[in-house]
Amino acid sequence: MLRILITRFKQGCRTLSFPKGALPVLPVRYRGRPVIAGQGGALDLGAMTFIPDSGVRYSNDFRMAVRRREDLILKGDEYALARAVNDGIVKMFGRSLKLRQVSAGGCNACEADINVLNTPVFDLSRFGIQFVASPRHADGIVVTGPVTRNMREALVKTYEAVPDPKIVIAVGACAVSGGIFADTPQCSNGLGDILPVDLYIPGCPPHPLTILDGLLRLIGRLSKG
Amino acid sequence: MGLFNGGNIALTDIPVLTSDEFRGEVVRHCQSGDRLVNLFGSSDGPQGVRLFAVLGLEDEGGLLVLSTRVLAGSPSYRSITRDLPAAHLFEREIAEQWAILPEGHPWLKPVRYHVNYRGVADIWPEIERRSIPGVYPFYAMDGDEVHEVGVGPVHAGIIEPGHFRFQCHGENILHLEIQLGYQHRGIEPMLCGRDLKRGVLLSESIAGDTSIGHSLAFCEVVESLAGVMVPPRAQAIRVAALELERLVNHVGDLGALGMDAGFLPTSAYFGRMRGDYLNLLLALTGNRFGKGLCRPGGVVFDMDAGMVDEFCYKLKCYKKEFDDVSGLLFSRPSVLARFEGVGVIAMEEAKILGLVGPVARASQLEQDVRIEYSSGMWQYYHIPISLSATGDVLARALVRRQEVLRSIEFLLKILPGLPKGPVSAPVGPMKADSFAVSMVEGWRGEIMHVGITDDQGSFTRYKVKDPSFHNWFGLAQAMRGQEISDFPLCNKSFNLSYCGHDL
Repeated sequence: MLRILITRFKQGCRTLSFPKGALPVLPVRYRGRPVIAGQGGALDLGAMTFIPDSGVRYSNDFRMAVRRREDLILKGDEYALARAVNDGIVKMFGRSLKLRQVSAGGCNACEADINVLNTPVFDLSRFGIQFVASPRHADGIVVTGPVTRNMREALVKTYEAVPDPKIVIAVGACAVSGGIFADTPQCSNGLGDILPVDLYIPGCPPHPLTILDGLLRLIGRLSKG
Repeated sequence: MGLFNGGNIALTDIPVLTSDEFRGEVVRHCQSGDRLVNLFGSSDGPQGVRLFAVLGLEDEGGLLVLSTRVLAGSPSYRSITRDLPAAHLFEREIAEQWAILPEGHPWLKPVRYHVNYRGVADIWPEIERRSIPGVYPFYAMDGDEVHEVGVGPVHAGIIEPGHFRFQCHGENILHLEIQLGYQHRGIEPMLCGRDLKRGVLLSESIAGDTSIGHSLAFCEVVESLAGVMVPPRAQAIRVAALELERLVNHVGDLGALGMDAGFLPTSAYFGRMRGDYLNLLLALTGNRFGKGLCRPGGVVFDMDAGMVDEFCYKLKCYKKEFDDVSGLLFSRPSVLARFEGVGVIAMEEAKILGLVGPVARASQLEQDVRIEYSSGMWQYYHIPISLSATGDVLARALVRRQEVLRSIEFLLKILPGLPKGPVSAPVGPMKADSFAVSMVEGWRGEIMHVGITDDQGSFTRYKVKDPSFHNWFGLAQAMRGQEISDFPLCNKSFNLSYCGHDL
């Protein structure tokens, strides 16, 4: 018992202050929201895998989640980050959101970085958000992966098992657009024409902060930005 | 024909045996101590399919490649599995990919549910029409008080999909059948051709938690065929990243084991510490899983002296924390009681099943690509093998603990002395009509990639083997005679990849 207490004491408190205070600063090589200001053109963040050797310039900003698919198109400096809108989500789920995760062909990177939100560093449950074991206990699903032919039916059945009203969150390039697997025979191009999506979180995989930021935006827990 | 890890040979130099000779040679080698590392088919033009077997030679640290032809007119051959159980899943894969019947295969069922590559009638004609698991012929038992438990494909946790079917008597598991394929994205055909830029990105997504391992294997196949000498500095950064990947996952696994033993403090601490190593990968590569680091010819990111110092300083701190928390985990009698004697795989059984990686080492099989088939940096720096004898959950946990310590030690040795020079070399065209192979000891075990080129020097066949492909059957075997409540713990002690298996 004493040893447990000593180890506990040594561990200290490691939970990030986010979303309070200044934004956490990620390492210089981190590839966040791209910068195209002044160069013209547009970038579809939903289709990007954020690779270092593509000529794209990246900023350090991890905030990228949006509510509509078309908002993922970055033009110049404009980028419409997700905002809670008055569509019932805040009222219904703002203080308690239970989610069921479905991996539909994900490579396990997105899944792993969703899982990380349950560690003491991000401590997701302090926001009333929880990943639950059954779709019947959930208010919505979080989908990763391009939706493989073999997972399509299970995904739709899981969605149907969630009681109304429900939300759908697409995490990662694959779920948003098919990512690197877009237009291949065994995969769909993400959730697009399979389920209605309420929140898009781009990245390959998105940083846990990107996911957390998106979830908090969706349920109106971020007042600014 | 002999071959070393990272080498290549001309397709014409690979002996073509008759089907019976092929079978006999493969079985003879494996009975005298060699190991079946890979067995797969490749299109042989309109005449049919050429099967290749890659054998790991016990004494020489080399590989032996044998082949045989299966003609399109009579697409079948006598199955090897009855004499060599380790071939079981390979032969199922061949049957599915090439619509070739391994006659007398004792467990012939689909693997990933896709239509075959030859465009002829499938062995399982219903594959195209129906979705899984509807068509899977599960092994079933009958009798008073015998009951069946089905789990998945959507599980309780945040994990990948797979279906587990338990045949139970009370709490006792008589048989477990694991049916996968839900994650099948069709990666192997996508890797064919000559688009190496896309190829390396695909290889990073074979299994995201093994991005470094698989992308490294892909790069080594390309470099072998293009005759590239990868600069030593790039090689050193690659193995450093590979060991960081091992640290991330082993530390995470120990946390998951703590969780399933019901000792939550260790699960919370290890879970957080896993993030420390992910953040080192983030600092090095800009991605928490190391995506974007390895490219044919070298690496994209260098390390300056400041970064090396920072990494060494942090690793020393992390080691102290690891000692603390693992000491706590392994000193609790209640944890040890939960780990001991659960999910035992005896050494002989592990060998017969052809298990690899930490799972094999926990059953005292001396198998580690870094030692047995050392190439690149591993020829200059040695890492001791970590073994355990009991083959249970405890052994698999102890092997992970030991490997964490050795990886940290290795990093502290290699990072301050990084070789000088560039971090990448130009990559020319790939050799035509060749067979190249690369092996990497990923954190789950032996990864093998094989690239076969046509007369233009582009891939006509690309074969990926994730260690999970060997080990899933081991998990099913480990569960026999256990209780259902032991499954989560046992599963975590294997922690296999669904997408690595499903490709």
